[in-house]
Amino acid sequence: MKTIELSEVTSKIKDICLRACMELNDDVMNALQGGQKEEESPVGKAIFGQLIKNAQIARKESIPICQDTGFTVIYMDIGQDVHFVGGSLKEAVDEGVRKAYTEGYLRKSIIRNPISDPVNTKDNTPAILHTEIVPGDKVKISVLPKGGGAENMSRIKMMPPSAGLKGIHEFVLETVKSASANPCPPIIVGVGIGGTFDYVPYIAKKSLLRKIGQRNPNEKLAKLEVEWLADVNNLGIGPSGLGGRITALELFIEEFPRHIATYPAAVNIQCHAARSKTVTL
Amino acid sequence: MSTHKVEAPLTDEAIKKLKIGDEVLLSGYIYTARDNAHQKLVDLIAAGKPLPFDLKGSVIYYVGPSPAKPGNPIGAAGPTTSYRMDSFVRTLMKLGLKGMIGKGVQNKEVIDALKEFTGVYFGATGGAAALLCKTVVENHPIAFEELGAEAITRLKVVDMPLIVINDCYGGDQYIEGQKKWARA
Repeated sequence: MKTIELSEVTSKIKDICLRACMELNDDVMNALQGGQKEEESPVGKAIFGQLIKNAQIARKESIPICQDTGFTVIYMDIGQDVHFVGGSLKEAVDEGVRKAYTEGYLRKSIIRNPISDPVNTKDNTPAILHTEIVPGDKVKISVLPKGGGAENMSRIKMMPPSAGLKGIHEFVLETVKSASANPCPPIIVGVGIGGTFDYVPYIAKKSLLRKIGQRNPNEKLAKLEVEWLADVNNLGIGPSGLGGRITALELFIEEFPRHIATYPAAVNIQCHAARSKTVTL
Repeated sequence: MSTHKVEAPLTDEAIKKLKIGDEVLLSGYIYTARDNAHQKLVDLIAAGKPLPFDLKGSVIYYVGPSPAKPGNPIGAAGPTTSYRMDSFVRTLMKLGLKGMIGKGVQNKEVIDALKEFTGVYFGATGGAAALLCKTVVENHPIAFEELGAEAITRLKVVDMPLIVINDCYGGDQYIEGQKKWARA
């Protein structure tokens, strides 16, 4: 049994929220630099140049990469031998978010209740907290600040099993095509297949925590990821939607068991400001 | 495609020179407004009340910046997605609005209004918020401060890098650019 003070959770969450919003991860930066070299459209190449410079300014001057510092989505893999002390986990998480957003000059974008109390919570809480209990005595915390523009272009579809893989492929391409310039391409596409109505977008979103270039360990899925990424890039949307070869930097697929009557699919779109940080306690 | 230095507020003469795909470096005074502020502006118009700023020749930047750090005029300030303001554009253009800065696709109603009233829609690079905020040299509150990041402020910008997405001739750079690069 390992004891963890919740004040430590608060402090780590504050730290990773701030760093996620201001320091673009190396894998994304490398993908932008690679994109700048590969993009054939001159304006697309120039957009990559802006995005690289933007990330450099953000890191150097501690300015958010994007003004939309997102809905704070937090994943915690909690070892079953861990005992938290010093309050409530949910409150400790929200306190970390509160401190990051109020003390760190991040934008507060959360409306308390859309219908019954439509006012800004002024501290970006509550976070969306997903917990999973795993073996061991470690706690892995990941934060994914998710901007509204790309969320608005994300889709879920409950398909009949007869639609099959072909149906999902069409759904993915249609979702990216209709999103066009809106979700800030070059995007990352997170695809979930299987599970239930609530679970399929969960796995689609969680795939966005993978590093660019990190293929699904399942060979069939890994092959599909490469093929579908090429298909998405053939749409011609390009950086900022101005036309070009690179519409997406990456495409991830996650699958889960499905019911015999259902074939759910979800596409969670991530803008190029693909911000995440992970810490382990 | 050419590069233009453009001053805001805009004149019809300046707008007529702009074609889709052109690069623009915009300088002058522009106004921030997004979802909530637009609703309040059209509510004031509907009630026959005065507006907090003169729309004649004006450019609205669809932005909700992050808070400014001490000593800086503004925080990170990239464009938000424009289509959410589409339904307000015609009403504002009738009263003199000439340009919008945002990101993403505009609907036919907006494209028609740009033709009818001689206006222009500029794209700023979505997500380039740290880069774009460096072009803002002044930021004055104008109205609806209670909206926080959604308040209307007047910005003085210098050489803000933009691309003409929809011109006053009905063109659409997203459609033309994507058509050119798509592979069957």
